[in-house]
Amino acid sequence: MDTAEKFDDKTPRSDTPASQSEGEQAMENSTRYPEQTIGSPYVDNAKMSMRDVDVFYGDKQAIHGVSLDIGKNEVVALIGPSGCGKSTFLRCLNRMNDTIDICQVKGSLHLEDQDLYDPKLDVVELRARVGMVFQKPNPFPKSIYDNVAYGPRIHGLANKKYDLDEIVETSLQKAGLWNEVKDRLHSPGTGLSGGQQQRLCIARTIAVSPEVVLMDEPCSALDPIATAKIEELIAELSESYTIAIVTHSMQQAARVSNRTAYFHLGRLVEMNDTETVFTKPEHDLTEAYITGRFG
Amino acid sequence: MSKTTEQVRKSLAKRYRAEKMFKAYGMAAIGFGLLALVLLFTDIIGKGHSAFFETYVQMDVTFDEYTLDIMDVNDDEELNFANYDGLIRDALREKFPGVDGRQEKRELYGLVSTGAGYELRDMLRADRKLLGQTRTLWLLADDDVDVYVKSSSDDRLESRLSENQKTWIQTFEAEDKLELQWNKSLFTHGDSREPELAGIWGAVMGSLFTMIVTLLLSFPIGVAAAIYLEEFAPKNRFTDFIEVNINNLAAVPSIIFGLLGLAVIIGLFGMPRSVPLVGGIVLTLMTLPTIIISSRAAIKAVPPSIRQAAMGLGASNMQVVLHHVLPLALPGMLTGAIIGMAQALGETAPLLMIGMVAFIVDVPGGPLDPSTVLPVQIYLWADSPEQSFVALTSAAIMVLLTFLIAMNTLAVFLRKRLERRW
Repeated sequence: MDTAEKFDDKTPRSDTPASQSEGEQAMENSTRYPEQTIGSPYVDNAKMSMRDVDVFYGDKQAIHGVSLDIGKNEVVALIGPSGCGKSTFLRCLNRMNDTIDICQVKGSLHLEDQDLYDPKLDVVELRARVGMVFQKPNPFPKSIYDNVAYGPRIHGLANKKYDLDEIVETSLQKAGLWNEVKDRLHSPGTGLSGGQQQRLCIARTIAVSPEVVLMDEPCSALDPIATAKIEELIAELSESYTIAIVTHSMQQAARVSNRTAYFHLGRLVEMNDTETVFTKPEHDLTEAYITGRFG
Repeated sequence: MSKTTEQVRKSLAKRYRAEKMFKAYGMAAIGFGLLALVLLFTDIIGKGHSAFFETYVQMDVTFDEYTLDIMDVNDDEELNFANYDGLIRDALREKFPGVDGRQEKRELYGLVSTGAGYELRDMLRADRKLLGQTRTLWLLADDDVDVYVKSSSDDRLESRLSENQKTWIQTFEAEDKLELQWNKSLFTHGDSREPELAGIWGAVMGSLFTMIVTLLLSFPIGVAAAIYLEEFAPKNRFTDFIEVNINNLAAVPSIIFGLLGLAVIIGLFGMPRSVPLVGGIVLTLMTLPTIIISSRAAIKAVPPSIRQAAMGLGASNMQVVLHHVLPLALPGMLTGAIIGMAQALGETAPLLMIGMVAFIVDVPGGPLDPSTVLPVQIYLWADSPEQSFVALTSAAIMVLLTFLIAMNTLAVFLRKRLERRW
């Protein structure tokens, strides 16, 4: 199993990890970044399209000119070693980076025709369309029902109690949690197990019917059984939602995603069909990473 | 045995010794604290417990209309100004017939409190048929008599009472017509020059009104300031400057706030002196930094994951604060507020500046009536020469401490009750 990433991408850190192995050092020296991303980062039926995205934390550049598309109803996995900027990139997609004062995003990011960084766009509206599931399960310290009902309530999606009940039930069913919690909807969400909490968070996210769901290492804090459940869930959800998932587990990326993007030190090195990336990686760095030589 | 194990064994004894020493220091510190607390309480309770009871003497009082000098018993005006003290004097003279001469008579009359006359008045007003009748009544004794009765036989030698008075008291004692009764006036009256009539109720009500004003002003202002600074304010030099100044404000001596209240609130805005409203405003200034700092700490303690979750769902800044941050931070904020209030309840210096140290007999009925507060009352009584005030001071301290302990218990209870786990 993968190991949990100890740092989140909020804190800028140095470009080169201190504990570089010698092999990695050699790799850095001998390999150059490709001028352009290798593979096929663009698709025809793009739900989200990003072009030349640069992200800065203060003076330090965390993302260098990343361009890629996320197709409708596909699952895109973002993989790469710690500190490669994949979480930072993901958080640009629903502007969660806005909360960090020193963070600056440049380039063009679109959700269908909507420019994400259009000053006229209300971030509340964007986040209702692009939902997010976080690394650590973070249910509100409220009841299971209130957790799921929170999004619909603040957006006024349900006027009657009956409608709200239905949204809560469907969301929990979609998240595969309904049968486990239907008898205790009003007990606290924090009382569930870790895996159940994460599925509750997924239910909470899909309760507002977003078009895109971003997942930032959703399984890194879970055991293998809970992970398997979430992965199953991702496969089911991809029928109705577009999903971008950051993961440290290559097996997970291989299992759940249609396409995989490999990030290295803030650059998008290679992006292709998942199968191609894992069986015939074109770039040396990608190959080194997926064969486990570093990362 | 390896070398490491050998080294570890050698150092173990030393480590355990160090740990034991450290524990001993800690226990000594706690023991010292407890000892100080026990000494404080023994001293205060030892001195103050006697003030909860007062000496009464039993006498036959005749409601004689000639002595009272009233024509019409149904005329309230006449009843108010009748000579009730005369009744008591008659009763005393009747009990000790041999008393003669001005000085001796004055000594005799001095046995009973001036407050006893008012009690007779109230009795007669309640039941006008008493006129002309004789009743056996318990009358409140003077504070000097009270001190004499309560003190041990050794201390009785140092009493201020004359030999005659001592003999009369012993007569009462011998006839079993002297007893200690619950001190009603302590919890119903305002201040008085007569210790046996002085009460803390005026100060309690003054403290209550002051605290209400302080709470109503400082809690909303403090919480609003904390939320703005934590959640909305841009991080720049100006907000840094504000933050530094809030911390500085917490360290300003409280009497400065009193001077400010005197100069600005009373001087500039022309508010009345000695009133709980002004006291509350001054104490608000003093309490605000405490509430702001503790509220900010409580807000900071809300886990960022909760904020992110709410924002990820599309909650606006305001909704994140109202729905998630505030409920989670509320126990901490309340604790801070109650600690701030407890501090304000015990504050004396700024209130001296705005005139809440005046001698006020009436129990205040609202925040605009002149009044004093508990700690100032303690200060006033501690300053009074009569011996009875020593016990009264301690009794007032006991009441104040009870309030403080109650408030702190409430703080702990609220925190336990409202705290949510995540």
